[in-house]
Formats: sequence, C-alpha cells, structure tokens
Amino acid sequence: MTGEPSMTTTKKHMPGTGTNGASVESKALKDALATATPHGRKLSATARPGTLKRLLGYVFRYKAHMAVSIVCILLSAAAQAGSAVFLQSLIDSYILPLVGAADPDWGPLIRALTLMGCLYAVGTVSTWLYNWLLVAVSQGTLKTIRDEMFAHQQTLPIRYFDTHEHGDTMSHYTNDTDTLRQAISQSFPQMFASVVSALAALISMIWLSVPVTLFVLVFTAVLIVVVRHLVTRSGHYFLLQQQSIGEVNAFVEEAVNGQKVIKVFNHEPATAEQFRARNDELFDATAKANTYGNVTMPVVGNMGYLLYILLAVFGGAWALAGWGNFGLEGTGSLTLGTLVSLLTLSRSFTNPIGQVSQQFNMVMMALAGASRIFTLLDEPSEEDGGTVTLVNVELGDDGRTMTETDRKTGHWAWKREAGDDGTRSLAAASALSPKAAEVAAKAREQAVTSPDGRLTLLRGDVRFTDVTFGYNPDKPVLHDITWFAKPGQKIALVGATGAGKTTVTNLINRFYDVQQGQILYDGISVKGIRKPDLRRSLGIVLQDVNLFTGTVMDNIRYGRLDATDEECIEAAKLTNADGFIRMLPQGYQTVLEGDGSGLSQGQRQLISIARAAVADPPCLILDEATSSIDTRTESVVQAGMDNLMKGRTVFVIAHRLSTIRNSDVIMVLDHGRIIERGSHDELIAKKGEYYQLYTGAVELE
Amino acid sequence: MPSQDITAAQAGHDRPAPPKHILRTLAHSLREYKKQSLLTPVCVAVEAILEILIPTVMAELIDRGITGGSMPVILKFGLLLLLCSLVSLLFGYLAGKFAAIAAAGFARNLRSDLFDQVQGFSFTNIDRFSTGSIITRLTTDVTNVQNAYMMLVRVGVRAPIMMVVAWACSFNISHSISMVFLIAVPILGIALIALAAAVHPIFERVFHTYDDLNNVVDENIQGMRVVKSFNREDHEESKFMRISKRIYKDFLKAERTMSFNMPLMQLCMYVSMILIAWLGASQIVASGNNAALGLTTGELTAMVTYAMQILMSMMMISMIFVMVIISRASASRICQLLQERSTVIDPAHPVVEVADGSIEFDHVSFRYSDHSEKPVLDDINLTIKPGMTVGIVGGTGSAKSSLVQLIPRLYDVTAGTLKVGGVDVRDYDLVTLRDQVAMVLQKNILFAGTIKENLRWGDPHATDDQLVHACQLAQADGFVREFPDGYDTHIEQGGTNVSGGQRQRLCIARALLKKPKILILDDSTSAVDTKTDQLIRNAFRTEIPDTTKIIIAQRIASVQESDLILVMDGGRIIASGTHDELLETCDEYRQIHESQTRNTAQEAM
Repeated sequence: MTGEPSMTTTKKHMPGTGTNGASVESKALKDALATATPHGRKLSATARPGTLKRLLGYVFRYKAHMAVSIVCILLSAAAQAGSAVFLQSLIDSYILPLVGAADPDWGPLIRALTLMGCLYAVGTVSTWLYNWLLVAVSQGTLKTIRDEMFAHQQTLPIRYFDTHEHGDTMSHYTNDTDTLRQAISQSFPQMFASVVSALAALISMIWLSVPVTLFVLVFTAVLIVVVRHLVTRSGHYFLLQQQSIGEVNAFVEEAVNGQKVIKVFNHEPATAEQFRARNDELFDATAKANTYGNVTMPVVGNMGYLLYILLAVFGGAWALAGWGNFGLEGTGSLTLGTLVSLLTLSRSFTNPIGQVSQQFNMVMMALAGASRIFTLLDEPSEEDGGTVTLVNVELGDDGRTMTETDRKTGHWAWKREAGDDGTRSLAAASALSPKAAEVAAKAREQAVTSPDGRLTLLRGDVRFTDVTFGYNPDKPVLHDITWFAKPGQKIALVGATGAGKTTVTNLINRFYDVQQGQILYDGISVKGIRKPDLRRSLGIVLQDVNLFTGTVMDNIRYGRLDATDEECIEAAKLTNADGFIRMLPQGYQTVLEGDGSGLSQGQRQLISIARAAVADPPCLILDEATSSIDTRTESVVQAGMDNLMKGRTVFVIAHRLSTIRNSDVIMVLDHGRIIERGSHDELIAKKGEYYQLYTGAVELE
Repeated sequence: MPSQDITAAQAGHDRPAPPKHILRTLAHSLREYKKQSLLTPVCVAVEAILEILIPTVMAELIDRGITGGSMPVILKFGLLLLLCSLVSLLFGYLAGKFAAIAAAGFARNLRSDLFDQVQGFSFTNIDRFSTGSIITRLTTDVTNVQNAYMMLVRVGVRAPIMMVVAWACSFNISHSISMVFLIAVPILGIALIALAAAVHPIFERVFHTYDDLNNVVDENIQGMRVVKSFNREDHEESKFMRISKRIYKDFLKAERTMSFNMPLMQLCMYVSMILIAWLGASQIVASGNNAALGLTTGELTAMVTYAMQILMSMMMISMIFVMVIISRASASRICQLLQERSTVIDPAHPVVEVADGSIEFDHVSFRYSDHSEKPVLDDINLTIKPGMTVGIVGGTGSAKSSLVQLIPRLYDVTAGTLKVGGVDVRDYDLVTLRDQVAMVLQKNILFAGTIKENLRWGDPHATDDQLVHACQLAQADGFVREFPDGYDTHIEQGGTNVSGGQRQRLCIARALLKKPKILILDDSTSAVDTKTDQLIRNAFRTEIPDTTKIIIAQRIASVQESDLILVMDGGRIIASGTHDELLETCDEYRQIHESQTRNTAQEAM
C-alpha cells in the first residue's frame, strides 16, 4: 500500500500488535509528542525485579577479590571497634593507676599503645587492600557490562534500531553504566561494613538485656518501614532520571547530527524549546530523586536520637523501679551502669544505619541504571534458525564436482549440516502451497547439488513465491510477489518511489523475515541459511552511506578485513574512487571523521562501492548506490562492477534509469506488486509502464 | 599516555583550547539556584551545630540523670534532646531538599547553556568536538559536576564547620595536644593534593575516551545495516573492546591511586589517637589528675570525642575531594565547550531585510579547514538575477554543494565576497538571511515526529491548507494521503520509515513553506522519478516565479530548462550558459548530455 521501508505504523516494542493496538499506540504517541516527550515509550516507574541480585551476580564473579575484600572489611571494622574499646579502657586501666604513683610504670601503657598501633596498622592495610581490590571489581564489572551490552547489540534485529532512538541506546554505555561505578566500589562495601557494625552492637545488647534488645528491634522495624517509604520513592525518580537522561542524550544526538537542517530552517529557537522540555523533565526527576535520597539520612539519624531518648526515659524508669532484667550475661535487675552501656550501644547501632542510608542515593541510582542495562541485555536477539553455511569450493571440470576448501577459489557452495539431504526446503514449500512446492521442486532440479545432497553450488538463483510482507504485519508493503532471478543475471528493480524495492532486498538478506510466501536461494529457503553466511554471500551497497571513523583505507577494508592495501587500492580503482582519494590531504591514509563529513555525498558513495568491491561477494545488491554520482562517473563505476561481477547475480535498484538500462532483467514494481518484467528492449517494445518511465526523461521539452 | 587511536583521530584538526576561569564560567550557570545553593549550607550549619550540641546533652542526661538516678532530670534532658532532634530533622530535611534542587537546577542550567552554545556553533566548531564528545559533555560530564556540587553544598560546609568548632574546643582544653591536629591536618592535606595532581590527567583522558566510546556506539548503531551485511559484528566488538579496555585501564589506574585516600585518612587518624593517648596520659600523670594543675581524665575523654569529630570531618572532606577530582576533569570539558567561540559571528549592525533574490559571487575562494592546501572553491565569479532558475552540473566532488552552502552562510567564504540581495552575507542578521534562503540538503533529514510537525519547520504558523498546498507543489500530497494516518503519520528518527524519494519530496515541501526569496535544491530530487521531478519543476515555474531557484542535479533533464546552467569541475566554473549554448560550446556538458540521452533517443524513435 504505502512506502518502501514503510514502517509508518511500526512503533516501539510492538511486533504483532493488532490494528487497534497500533492505532491506540500511535494516538498515545501523538499525545506524548504534544507534551514534548521525545518518543512514545511510557516512562516506566519501577526498576525490574531481581535487578540487585543480577547486579551482585556480576560483582561476585570476582570470587577471590570479593572473599579477600570481605575479610578486609571485617578486619577494618574490627580495628575501628577495637579502637573504641581501647579508648574506653584507656583511662581506667592504664592512666589512673599511674596517677600519683611515685615512680610510674609506663610499661603497660606503652605496651597497650603498641598493641593498638599494630591493630591500627592491620586496619589501615585492610582498608587500603579492600579499596584497591574493589576498584578492580567495579571497573571490571563495568567493562564486562559494557562489552556484553555491545556484543548483544550486534545481535539485535534491524527492527530494534529502526524503532529506538540512537542516543537513548548510547546512554546505556555511559550514563547508565556510570551509575554502577560508585555503588560497587564504595556504597556496597560501606553498607556491608555498617551492617556488620550494627549487628555487632545488637549482639552486645542481647548480652546485656534481652527486653531492651527486643524493644530496639521493634523500633528498627518501624525505622525500616519509614526508610523503605523514602527509598521506594527515591528509586522511582532515579529510574525516571536515567530514562530522561537517555532522552536528553537522544535529543542532543539527533540535534547535532541534524544541525545543518536546523540552521537552514532557522529552527534553533524551536529546537531549544524542545530541548528545554526534556531538560526540565530531567531536572524534575533528579531533584525529586535526590531530595528523597538526601532526606533519608537526617530522618534515620534523628530517629536514632529518638531511640536514645526512649531508652533513657523508659530504661531509667525501669531501673529506678528496680524491675528485673535478663540477658545472655545473666539475670538480675537493670542497673544504671548497664543502662549507660546500653545507651552507648544504641548509638553504635543506629550510627551505622545512618551511614547505610547515606549510601542509598548511590545504590538506588545504580539500580535504576542497572535496570535499564538489563532491559537492553534482555532484548531478544535476531532469530536465526538457519543451519546451511557458505563454503569455498573447488569446482571440477564438469561443473558439478565440488570439493570443499579453505582457499578462495571464486566458487562457493551452500553446505548443509549432517542429516540434511536438501529436502527440507522442499518439505517446507509443500506445507506452504502447491505453487510453492512446484517452484521449490523446479529450483532444486536446476540447482547443482553434490550426490550426497550436502553441497549445493552457489549460483545466485533467487526465487520469490507469493511473498507478502509489511513492516507492520497488518499493513503489507509487498503483496504476493512472485519473481525469480536466474544465476548470473543482473536484475533491476525499478518503480516509483515507495513501490517496495528496498523492502525486497531487506527480505533477501533477512534484515526482516517474510510473513507469507517463500524466498529460495539456490533452491534453499533463506530461512534455512545461517544469517552470517547468507549475508556473506550478498554484498550490499546502500543509498545512505555509513562510513566509520578511521582512514579511507580502513573504510574500504571494512569489506574484507584481510585485504591488503594493494587490493583495497585495486578496488578503489575499479570503482573510480582512486582519483579523488589520491587528491585527499593524506591520500588513502586520510582520517575520516563524523561519517566522512569532509567528503561529498558522491565521494562517500564511491568509497562504499569500493568497500563492497573489495569484499568480492558471490552476489551483490546495489540499492541506489550511485544516486549521488554524476552519470559519467557512474558509467565508469558500472563498467568496473560489471566486470567484477561477471557471471554473478547482481540486484540493482535505481531511480535513474540509465543506471539499470544494461540489466538482463528489469522488473517494474508498483504499489508492492510486480507489474512488468523483461529486458530493457522488451519493455520498451511493450510500451508499458517502463516505457512511460523511461521516455519521461526525454519528453521534457 | 594517550594511546595510538586518540592521536590518530586527533591528528586531522586542532584540539579545542584549554578552558580558563573554570569556576567563574560554571558559577554563571547557577542563576536562579543561587538561593538554594546558599540556603543549603545555612541549614547544614544549623544541623552541624546541633550535632555537636546533642552529644553534650546526651552526656548530661547520663551523668546527671541516669547516674544521678533522677527521673525528672532524665525527662528534662530527654525533652531537650527531643527538641534538638526535631530542629535537627527540620533543618536536615530542608538542607537535603535545597541541595537536591540546587544541584539538579545547576545541572539543568548548565545543559541548557551548553545546548544553546552548541546551537550557535558553526560546522567548523562541531567538527572540532565531534558528535560523541558534545553528547558526553552535555550528559555525563554535567552529571559528574552535579553530583560533586551537591556533595559540596551539603558536606563541604558541614565538615569544615565541625572541624573548626571541634578544634577550638580541643584547643580550649589543651593547647599542646590540639597541636597534634595542626600537624596531622596539613600533612593529610598535602598528601591528598598530591593524589589529586596524580590522577587529574588520567581522569581528563578517561572522559576523552568516553567521547570515542560514544562515537563508536553511535557509528555502530547508524551503520548497523552495513555491519550486518558485511558480518562485521566481531570487528565492531573488537573495536569497542579496545575502547572499553582503555576506559577500564585508565579508571583502574586513577581509582587505584585514589584508593590510598581512605587508608591515608585512617593512618592520620590512628596516629593522632595514639599521640593524644600518650600525651594525655603523661599530662594527666604530671598533673596528678588535678584540674588546677593540668589535664584531667574527664578532659581527655572529651578530647578523644573532639578528635573523632575532627577526623570524621576530614574523612568527609576527603570523600568530597574524590568527587571533586573526578568532576574537575568534567568541569573543564564543559567549560571548553562553553568558551568555544563560534566561527560564524554576527555583525555588529546586522541588515535585517533581504532586498531580493539576487546572488553575486565576487572572486570567492573557500576551504573547509585552514590546514588544507588546495581550496575547495577557487576564484568563483558569478551573478544571478532575482527569479532566475540556475542549474549546476558537474562531476562527483566538483564542489557543487560547497558552492551553494556558502549562500545561507553555513560556511563563510575564505576569500572574496558573496552578496545576496546586494549585501554581503556576513552583514546580514543570520536569521533573516536563512529565512530567505531555503535549502533542501542532499542528505535530507526528517526528525522524529509527525509529517505535519516536520513540515512546520518551514513555517511554524502554517495552516493545514498551506501544508497541503506545499505538499501538492512538491508532489508529496498524493503519497502522504495514502498513509493510514495521512499528515499525522509518525516519522521515525532520520525518516527511516519513508522511502528516499518520499523523504526528498517532504523536504522540498518543507522548504517551500518558508516562502523564500532563494530556493536551493542540492541534488534533492535524485531519488524522485523523472516524471514527478518534472511536475515539481513545473510547479516551481508557475507557482513561485519570483523566487531565485538553484538546482544541483545529476540529470541534465532536471536543469536543462534553466535560465543559466553552470558546469563545474575541480572547484571552478568551467562553463556557463543555457542548455543550447552549452551543447554548442562545452564538450563536457555535451558528453554528459549524450551519455544520458543517446540510447533513449534511438530507442524511443
């Protein structure tokens, strides 16, 4: 019906959404846009369940580091506790005995101080060691997570990138990952140490008085309820913050990359306005998240004072009333001395809890970041059910005998896995329709297959049977397309803009999978071919050129990584790119940046054609590959590519009819249907749509 | 040591200058959040004073209440303590809230200022920073500064107050023992400064690597079709892992250096403790624990409490210190962007009206970078009268696009003058000039949003009828109506969900809505079929006859009815004239024409 890669109604996360769902969503999308939310994804408010556990899973991969760190944290906490105990006993045990003595014996004090010095030394070294070790754990985790994310990103389907803002995805690598840094290396260990100290204080309390301990525990439960209330809200807003920062990231990315358009349209004020809206959202989330986080500490601290007061008052009354008390120490009445000790212990209990709450900001932020990271990591990868692989073969003189080889021979074959005798595609076709079965049988008959059925020569025989496809399944872009490409032919697809030409190529190399019908490649269903092998067999040059930061040479070599400099230059010569490259300041070693921003569109296309040429693929798809190249240069490029691809199947998509005139077969697509097919001469003679299109060019006067 | 990749990537152009007056530049972005920034420390100060006061009340409660066994005294001090605690809670809450708003607001203003700054940049400026780098500065770097700022206003005041008060108290008790701190604190300070000096350059490098990280991820996402078709996933991964490894190594090094911070703290703390214990003990023994003669045990206990407070404050200061060090690198990167001067400067007394659509190139030369040897455009002389249609043809890389980009001042001429409406383009108000010069770029970009929203870029106040009319002229109305949502159809980022030809026509419609005096089409009908192309040009002729039209095209057919056709090669205009004249006089032109029509003509007969 509509345009080419016409995903007009494809929205975020919506494979298989019904018509209603789609329109509802696009309505929501518009509403969202009206309030300047950059895209339709609802800002979800809570972190995914299990995030903390999963994050700790990464951290505890460093088993030895973590084990030593935990011991060191305990030692460090013990040193601090020891220091407190020492200072308490310092006066009574070591100083007072010396007072008034005629000849004070400094020995015990010096020994005690030396002992303390040793304990302190152990504490200090432990502190340093766990800090040192945890740096490696946190940085290692960050690296692992980044690498895993990037590796996973490579497996995501094209649909993901077509429907997610680039800058938001980028934000996962920087802003979200950064949230983990401090949490892992500082907040987690400090929380652990604090919890240990608090537990130690609690155990000491049980020793002195069980009833008082119970009272403290009840109070702690109340404290936890209050803290949880604050922390939940803080976590909610931290997640919003990370999502908003992703949107700001996306907006800046889009605005910087589209700067030329913005300038040409004087659109700076409007763009700034849009930015401001996103920026305000981010501010709002950050301010709220941090308010809740910052407030936690004073709340906990002052509740600690409250506990102290309650203990003093009730404990005082209790002690003065002379009621009984029991602890692990023994039973008796609560003495004032015990009460004083309990009060001191209650400080040692609540202080660390206060310190824990100080770390909540960082931890909640980390959980928000981790939650987003895990969402990306859990995006389903591109599915690949294929088992057939591509191998180089030595072709016998009879043109049928194939021997698999590692060497590049200029001949390729499809290799099936053991147990696949080559009838799978046939079976699948039979299940589909009688027509499909017929086509599959014919394709199989014409394919060159080894006697055991394991190897089929790659010849570039492509057959579409009743293919229907829409980026949104409810809105097909291609309708019941049936066509075939004979091996070695140059096949052109023409048609008005939006006729579905690019979609056809998206289906051949399985950027998208067909919904109905079948596509056979040398008699094998493309769904049965492993995607990497399928794509290796198809060189592709796209209209929108993407170059990578690096030298011109690197960019050409992207087509085949083991190509020598000579081979790259050869490819550049073949595609007429050599001339201008040599004129660049450093020739082939000129560094391209920002997607080759210093080059003209045509020059970028020439490089991308050279990149495909150096790959020397068995089949080639040229999708508007020469649209920005002047016609004379184009004819030189074309001659070169024709020579390279002699005897191999080439698909050409172009609006400029001179580009496709010398094709063996030209197919005219209109509104997702093939309306004409034939060679240039045949179609001209037919005086149909193609004739109209073609003569349109000279009818101008 | 910056690794190979950085130096290679940076070799091409000049690095931005190191920033000056970092604090002053940043402080400028505080604006309306100055109030909160000042209120926070005030609240924190109250909190801190209470924090020193409360232990004293607690001690009284124990000494006089509990030890004294008097319930009324316990209640009295309990009440007093409750009061203190409530006040402390109130101010703690306020401090937390003000700090959050101050920091988040500061960050908002910084981002906003940065964004405005980037919008004013010329392409020369943008190339100098790279997209990834601009993004890092606007998000990651600002977040770092924001976090450090929040710490600073909250703890940065509290810790010194506590330290000074505690020290004063300790000095009051014993001059000599309080000297321990006067020695310990500077030693620690010097050590911390040494640490900072050691790690600062590493952090600066790390954030520079973040730029590379952003660039690689950005390129990877944008080029995903290329990556997948060439099966380059592994190659991309190894490229990424090189960078993530560099970040890992640098951060590891920096943070390992910083890991000496805490133990250093503790070392000072423990050594001070032992010294105090020793000095205290000897003084008590000397005085015989008599207050009149010198130090007493009670005073030593107090001394230890103050020591703890001083050292805890120092611990906090050193924590802030770490954050400040990280953010210092970020702050200087932010300032670098804020202090970058746009290379396109508005004139002092700009001309705010474009008289007509005439264009005059007078000995214009142009190069993209000061370093390139060869000019891209070389001594161009050209006069275009208002309302003319000018076609430009020429080989790939002949600088056709560069020529027209000078007209709306996307770039400035390197030499010579370029006049629009009889006035040098550099004398115009930039907005005025660009309003009157509409340009449809070769690399058409649509933005995420509906078709209507995209079209309204041309004229924010355009009525729906005007939108439809512009689309009719650009031959876009037909296909837009075929979309299920028509003009409300959502366009994905970069316009990936409409075909190349559709994108081009929407971009033309968008440009037409500006009702410009000059309309430039930079090869912007290449993906449009010939028939539609012809219809668009017919519409131009009849509907906007007074607008000067410049059409760059590969197809001769697209330009052949122009009033003037320029043939370009290697940055020069090698021939000009009408179609018929050029067929006569210009071999180059004739060849192009023949290559495009020869066979057709024969077959069509």
